Amino acid sequence: MSRTDWEVVIGLEIHTQLNTQSKIFSGASTAFGAEPNAQACAVDIALPGVLPVLNKGAVERAIRFGLAIGATVAPKSVFARKNYFYPDLPKGYQISQYELPVVQGGQITLQVPDGKGGAYEKVVNLTRAHLEEDAGKSLHEDFHGMTGIDLNRAGTPLLEIVSEPDMRSSAEAVAYAKALHALVRWIDICDGNMQEGSFRCDANVSVRPRGQAEFGTRREIKNLNSFRFLQQAIDYEIQWQIDLIEDGGKVQQATVLFDADTGETRAMRSKEDAHDYRYFPDPDLLPLVISSEWIERVKGELPELPEALSARFQGEYGLSAYDATTLTASREVAQFYLDTVAAAGAANAKTCANWVMGELAGRLNKAELDITASPVSAVQLAGLVQRIADNTISNAIAKKVFEALWNKEGDSADAIIEAQGLKQVTDTGAIEAIIDEVLAANQKSVEEFRSGKEKAFNALVGQCMKASKGKANPAQVNELLKKKLG
Amino acid sequence: MIESSLKDIAAALRDKKVSAVELATESLSRIEAGNARINAFVTIDRDGALAAAKAADERLAAGSAGPLTGIPLAHKDVFCTEGVLTTCGSKMLSNFVSPYNAHVVSLLKAAGAVMVGKTNMDEFAMGSSNENSHFGPTRNPWNTDKVPGGSSGGSAAAVAARMVPIATGTDTGGSIRQPASLCGITGIKPTYGRVSRYGMIAYASSLDQGGAFGYSAEDCAVLLSSMAGHDPRDSTSLEQGAEDFGRDLAKPLAGLRIGLPKEFFAEGMSDDVRAAVDAAIAEYRKLGATTVEVSLPNARLAIPAYYVIAPAEASSNLSRFDGVRYGHRAADYGDLNDMYCKSRAEGFGGEVKRRILVGTYVLSHGYYDAYYIKAQKLRRLIANDFAAAFQQCDVIAGPVSPTVAFGIGEKSDDPVQMYLSDIYTIAVNLAGLPGLSHPAGFGVGGLPVGLQLIGNYFGEARLLNTAHQYQQHTDWHTRVPASL
Repeated sequence: MSRTDWEVVIGLEIHTQLNTQSKIFSGASTAFGAEPNAQACAVDIALPGVLPVLNKGAVERAIRFGLAIGATVAPKSVFARKNYFYPDLPKGYQISQYELPVVQGGQITLQVPDGKGGAYEKVVNLTRAHLEEDAGKSLHEDFHGMTGIDLNRAGTPLLEIVSEPDMRSSAEAVAYAKALHALVRWIDICDGNMQEGSFRCDANVSVRPRGQAEFGTRREIKNLNSFRFLQQAIDYEIQWQIDLIEDGGKVQQATVLFDADTGETRAMRSKEDAHDYRYFPDPDLLPLVISSEWIERVKGELPELPEALSARFQGEYGLSAYDATTLTASREVAQFYLDTVAAAGAANAKTCANWVMGELAGRLNKAELDITASPVSAVQLAGLVQRIADNTISNAIAKKVFEALWNKEGDSADAIIEAQGLKQVTDTGAIEAIIDEVLAANQKSVEEFRSGKEKAFNALVGQCMKASKGKANPAQVNELLKKKLG
Repeated sequence: MIESSLKDIAAALRDKKVSAVELATESLSRIEAGNARINAFVTIDRDGALAAAKAADERLAAGSAGPLTGIPLAHKDVFCTEGVLTTCGSKMLSNFVSPYNAHVVSLLKAAGAVMVGKTNMDEFAMGSSNENSHFGPTRNPWNTDKVPGGSSGGSAAAVAARMVPIATGTDTGGSIRQPASLCGITGIKPTYGRVSRYGMIAYASSLDQGGAFGYSAEDCAVLLSSMAGHDPRDSTSLEQGAEDFGRDLAKPLAGLRIGLPKEFFAEGMSDDVRAAVDAAIAEYRKLGATTVEVSLPNARLAIPAYYVIAPAEASSNLSRFDGVRYGHRAADYGDLNDMYCKSRAEGFGGEVKRRILVGTYVLSHGYYDAYYIKAQKLRRLIANDFAAAFQQCDVIAGPVSPTVAFGIGEKSDDPVQMYLSDIYTIAVNLAGLPGLSHPAGFGVGGLPVGLQLIGNYFGEARLLNTAHQYQQHTDWHTRVPASL
């Protein structure tokens, strides 16, 4: 039985909630978690006669995003009404952008884990990003056969970011979503809080026989609010579509929901009962005109972007592409790394990278701490790295010093090394004395080594290190021991 | 006192010959006496009016009064008024009390005007006769078997019946000018964007514009000057600040170039209207104006373009009336969809439903380009026609309505005939220009005929100057219905 080699095609639509203080078309607060309807003003509840007024802060964030992905920031874009009835959509239409979005094109370069510990580079093109308002929430619990409406979220500014169907696996989709998630936080337009719905993904998934030019029929998985769900939902959907086609079925275009409990996707509505949204330009809002001066000003205020920083890490510090990407996953991590290198010296950049990504990241992860709350500061870590570099301590001892810094046993690596006597022993006489003691106490091993058992040598090195409480310089121990036995 | 000009009323108030409370009381008595016959008011706010009048008297006493302080006024029921019913002529909003004031309402309240009530109108401002009101038709004070025009027919009838000296209105396709004409008063619709639409319940957002009714151009100038000005809450509000539209009233008309669109005079106008319009134009020539024939070749497309754009916007604007948060909700319903259907079926009248259906249709996938986009292109052509005409003239003059007021029920079964009664006014809205109607004589059955003056963008002061000079030399605007 010959099986078709299927190619997966994925495009993502990601709704990012912009971190403005007030809503996109009203002055009401966007803060999360208020009492239902406490943050819904006359405009948000669509009283008769009210009108929308565009929040410039939301536009500015869209410009920032456009610049960060190398897109065209449209000098003129248009708000349109998307008409449909739903109780949590107070006006009976959503103000969005349709034919002329504010951000057009652009791309993101990402590192996709290859599953073998490495990674490969992937460029994902973006179609567009447009500004729109969020709807309210329908609450079906606690109302016994009725539905409650909370309009606090109604009018919250969203930037909907639409990719081209450029991704070919769930791993690529997740890597793209993560890169975008990192980017929107990096340029400070979205808090990225997925639990609170600040970053929500819709995935368009289809499959086609490899080599076929046209796309297969897609299904859209709605509202995935974690990277894990994104991966699970896409993987399930891919298999479902392949199974269906291989069993002789045909995929029908549909909107589907992912059930996190069962790990399955199921159709919500098919194309046949899809809405006709009757888009038309909103006559209450003038076209959005963005001057080149405005764009230039925003450009001047943009922080160095992760891609550029990553390239700098590779070029100036000799880091691998993967390490550089890891260290630019968030602005906070990158800043911590930059601060560490600044204090430790550029010559130690590679060691700094190893420590930030290794011991520090592991410890923070275990303690569920953000890097901004790290008990070990960048300067403290730099002090530690310097002592490794100048042979004051070995890597093994360095881990002890790090632990002590973490536990606030001292203010600096130097202070801890001093107080706990962890300084590496490099004095030849002292090391020789230790070796002599060890040799005297381990005659059996000595004889084994002399009779040709190379392994015994390592055992003797180990004994020496143990006798020095780890402080003896391992290279020197090796060298001197060889000399004594030779 | 209510029949006097605003200037005289304001002087009497200042000179303590009358108090604001007395004026309000006079206005309220006239409304209470005449409303059963005219049905100009949906809501009469006696308590609110007397309280506002008392406050106005204090302001007058303190010497901090403006030109509108203590003047009784009525608002079209399309403007939201805090604490007072705002129905928009619809069953849908028959229970709706707004928690906020429209910008216009706030401005006039701040100016010290005394709101006596809310006037009847075609439901959601859709209509040309006021017959589409949930609260019954308003009747023309000149002949109560006739319509007052619409959709601001309640405001026009209230001023014509001398219940109030001034009233607000809105004009989307002629809804100020046409009832002003049919009721024998003066009405002005300013340039689109002059008057904030905040709190003015939307019919067709890109066409809706608030404006003023009064006995004369001079009075309209006072009211409009207090209503207009930039409002940051309306994104389509013009940046221009408030201005005195009466500043040029006294300017003589010598040298004024009046354009007469040949298409307006070709056919369709009834003989009595034509006679009055011609006489008015002759009067303008006597006053030193010259006339020039201009052409508006695309004006004939105004009605079809309007009846695509306005319903399209209306179908979306009226979606918020879903029975969920306020307004009418059906008593019995099954699921959500059933609630929507029943609430809207019960809450909206026939003409509103017709326009929602038309609007929904023209915006539908596959029809949008053929209707909506095409209509927008026509709109551009119509605006270009006016721009070309204004190269040759300062104001354009013509009829307002092809006939004098028609009978109640006469056209209500024929929507197309009804739509055609706005043939001379609609193009002005599509272009966003200011337009004015002033009394110019009487036609068949002794019913008033109005003359329309159309100005270039921001030309309100000029329009009011033109009409005022006419009114200095004619007395049509001082005539009142025999029943008064």
